[in-house]
Amino acid sequence: MKQYTFQDYKKGQPRWCPGCGDHFFLASLHKAMAELGVPPYQTAVISGIGCSSRLPYYMNTYAMQTIHGRAAAIATGAKVVNPALAVWQISGDGDGLAIGGNHFIHAMRRNIDLNMILLNNRIYGLTKGQYSPTSPRGFVSKSSPYGTVEDPFRPAELCFGARGRFFARSVANDGPETVEILKAAYQHKGASVCEILQHCVIFNNGAYDPIYTKEGRKKNAIYVRHGEKLVFGENNEYGLMQEGFGLKVVKIGENGVTLDDILVHDAHCEDNTLQLKLAMMDNEHGYPIALGVIRDVEAPTYDVCVNEQIDEVKAKKSYHCFEELLETNDIWEVKE
Amino acid sequence: MSKQPIVKELEQVVVRFSGDSGDGMQLAGNIFSTVSATVGNSISTFPDYPADIRAPQGSLTGVSGFQVHIGAEKVYTPGDQCDVLVAMNAAALKTQYRYAKPQATIIIDTDAFGPNDLKKAQFDSDDYLLEMGIDPDRVVACPITKMVKEVLTPLGTLDNKSMLKCRNMFALGIVCWLFNRDVALVENFLKEKFVKKPQLAEANIKVVNAGYDYGANTHASVPATYRIETKHKVPGRYMDITGNKATVYGLIAAAEKAGLKLYLGSYPITPATDILHELSKHKSCGAITVQCEDEISGCASAVGAAFAGALAVTSTSGPGLCLKSEAINLAVIDELPLVVIDVQRGGPSTGLPTKSEQTDLLQALYGRNGESPMPVIAATSPTNCFESAYMACKMALEHLTPVVLLTDAFIANGSAAWRLPSLGDLSEIHPHYAPDEQKYKYTPYKRDTASHVRYWAIPGQEGFEHILGGLEKDGETGAISTEPENHNKMVKERYAKIQAIPVPDVEVEGDKDDAELLIVGFGSTYGHLYSAMEELRKKGHKVALAQFQYINPLPRNTQEVLMKYPKVVVAEQNLGQFRAYLRIRINGFSPYKFNQVKGQPFQIHELVQAFEEILK
Repeated sequence: MKQYTFQDYKKGQPRWCPGCGDHFFLASLHKAMAELGVPPYQTAVISGIGCSSRLPYYMNTYAMQTIHGRAAAIATGAKVVNPALAVWQISGDGDGLAIGGNHFIHAMRRNIDLNMILLNNRIYGLTKGQYSPTSPRGFVSKSSPYGTVEDPFRPAELCFGARGRFFARSVANDGPETVEILKAAYQHKGASVCEILQHCVIFNNGAYDPIYTKEGRKKNAIYVRHGEKLVFGENNEYGLMQEGFGLKVVKIGENGVTLDDILVHDAHCEDNTLQLKLAMMDNEHGYPIALGVIRDVEAPTYDVCVNEQIDEVKAKKSYHCFEELLETNDIWEVKE
Repeated sequence: MSKQPIVKELEQVVVRFSGDSGDGMQLAGNIFSTVSATVGNSISTFPDYPADIRAPQGSLTGVSGFQVHIGAEKVYTPGDQCDVLVAMNAAALKTQYRYAKPQATIIIDTDAFGPNDLKKAQFDSDDYLLEMGIDPDRVVACPITKMVKEVLTPLGTLDNKSMLKCRNMFALGIVCWLFNRDVALVENFLKEKFVKKPQLAEANIKVVNAGYDYGANTHASVPATYRIETKHKVPGRYMDITGNKATVYGLIAAAEKAGLKLYLGSYPITPATDILHELSKHKSCGAITVQCEDEISGCASAVGAAFAGALAVTSTSGPGLCLKSEAINLAVIDELPLVVIDVQRGGPSTGLPTKSEQTDLLQALYGRNGESPMPVIAATSPTNCFESAYMACKMALEHLTPVVLLTDAFIANGSAAWRLPSLGDLSEIHPHYAPDEQKYKYTPYKRDTASHVRYWAIPGQEGFEHILGGLEKDGETGAISTEPENHNKMVKERYAKIQAIPVPDVEVEGDKDDAELLIVGFGSTYGHLYSAMEELRKKGHKVALAQFQYINPLPRNTQEVLMKYPKVVVAEQNLGQFRAYLRIRINGFSPYKFNQVKGQPFQIHELVQAFEEILK
């Protein structure tokens, strides 16, 4: 089998603004693809509209940049027709959750095997700076000069609400972690959402400042690993415990808390209650932001089931082509 | 017993079955048409049903009708007005009588004309015949409900509700007697239909026979019974097929011929839903059907399926076509094969969901942003839906373009006898694939210089990796381009590609050499316009008909045909969309017009009258 390098997936010179999170993410995607080793000709990258949706132009694979919000629907058609293709769907927060919200939730619900990347910079960049469905309440932008008076979507909550079975999160400039979650998303059979947190350097710089550096992530984020204790901090001195209906941050060694009291992450747990709690943690409420694979639960996938059903019906029915189909009708003969 | 009534020979007859939506009128009509077709008569059927699924029983809004036209010679329409009207209740008589000829025979179930029924049907008195001005001598008044119960109660196998569901078969029995139809053929049909429910088969067969005997024993107060002989038989094997079913069969045949997977992305919408239903049944032929989350996804997923190498189709009706426009346009600029089926209905907006119009023509031609040329094909009859769907697929695959197939509620739900084709008889389909020589050199927008068609490379092939996008691209490299000259060139290339598609010449029927008046129509009005032409010719007028199936590109002989005759009328079920389109394309063309937008098929006598005015 041919060994691929990231160069095999690379094409062209990206035209995003210097410092844009899209540059970081693209490099991670090339790297993840090379490590997975799926040939470029067996890979399709399909996007909608927006800055991040330019990404397919920098892929040496089969690719489509389509229309605003419809990438998930278009990717669905491609995948169901050819389940052997590795299909990556690239959307931003506006493309995926505003105009394309319906397709996003239904792709989740159907559990079609798409690797759905949500590049979340909480702003419309390409149209030069309007608030998006993930901008926080009160966000000031060109279309909300006095601040928004609406609450944002939280992608994880939407994904879980639509019965999503894979959700992972990474910060765009955190290359190693991004590569890991992308590989996990590919290996997960079914709809997998990777939320990539990133700055728009022009219109929303600093949206994720507390976790945009390695040092910041040590303090303000937690890397979740299936089967491992949920600990974080510069020396892993903090951990997460269950308290009542929620989670709480504790310092190990204080108030009688030992490592044994700390929750072990279970990404494979069918019940998503605690996974959702992890995904919803934010700095404003004194929690670290969860990064890594938060939920990863296997289930039958739509693309496989559709094609299996065809095989089952073929085995059951006596007609398999046009002329045999005709014979299933009430036919009469008119003679000379 | 009185003496046997005489048997008269008829050229053709129209029977309309009407009753509550749940009265099984469609089944009765289907059986009658199939049995007639079996003996070689020509048939054409049309269901006329309300938008409500089950309106209150006996109410005026809940009446559904099913009209059957059978003839010794070819019949082209389900007929204007009926010779026999079956009215299973008072509401049916009230609403359907207007579809009956003045001398029509009326068959009614007198048990469904009680005080309560009459009130629901908004009759003012209990002498409903007088109120409607119906001559009682023309009415076969039969206590159908009572007689059905008498027949079925001794069997002891059905409850009251199930017994009442057999009333339609009693009416059918009377009609069979009236037209000398062999009840054994009906029995065969019922045995097959209820093969898994022998009790129902038995009950229905008993009731049909009871209806037949009732007619025979009482002579049902009619002066004669009738026979429709068959002339000019075209030998072959036939089936009864609706337009929607024929459309699906065309798709299946085309996919098989092209050697491609068939993909349908769709969302339920009247009157197109039967396409999704029908194709979903035939997974054993390899068809993939996805009921999408919305109309947009129906089309968008089909674009994705086309990219991945399938014969991709999306089906809808007018409001759904609006929603699909943007994704269709992606297929236009990406130059991907896609078949868009629009089963037109009354509009605008939700309009008349179960009724028929030709009002989406300009939307199909022009309803997208930018210069967005696209082939449009309009099927001319229920059976022609097969050929039109097949040719739409062929055109899409060979010319890498989305194609709109226009049908409408009238031909989609109407049926006719269809002579079974064999796959070998159908024209070859050669998708415009990228040849092997292009490996490692492929760019997606290099074209065949004669046809202007680009080459199709399917994901999974090494050395053909490429990107398609909604942005304008350079014709040579496929890279994004905003160069003014390149855009100008690409717009013209896309236009030239569509105009270069070969389509057959439009045929002129009737007095093609010396017609005083050329009737011009498109799509589903063919049967009515043809019948009107024949009427006029019988009256001594010189008239011809040119019915267009290929709308874009227009047939090469269009100008020659349209400019040849002293007078031309364009007749269509909209306010003149085809006429306007022809006037854009044909310099100096200024025809008469005939437009009706009632949600109902044309009436032949109205056409004849209007055309005679023009001929004066």
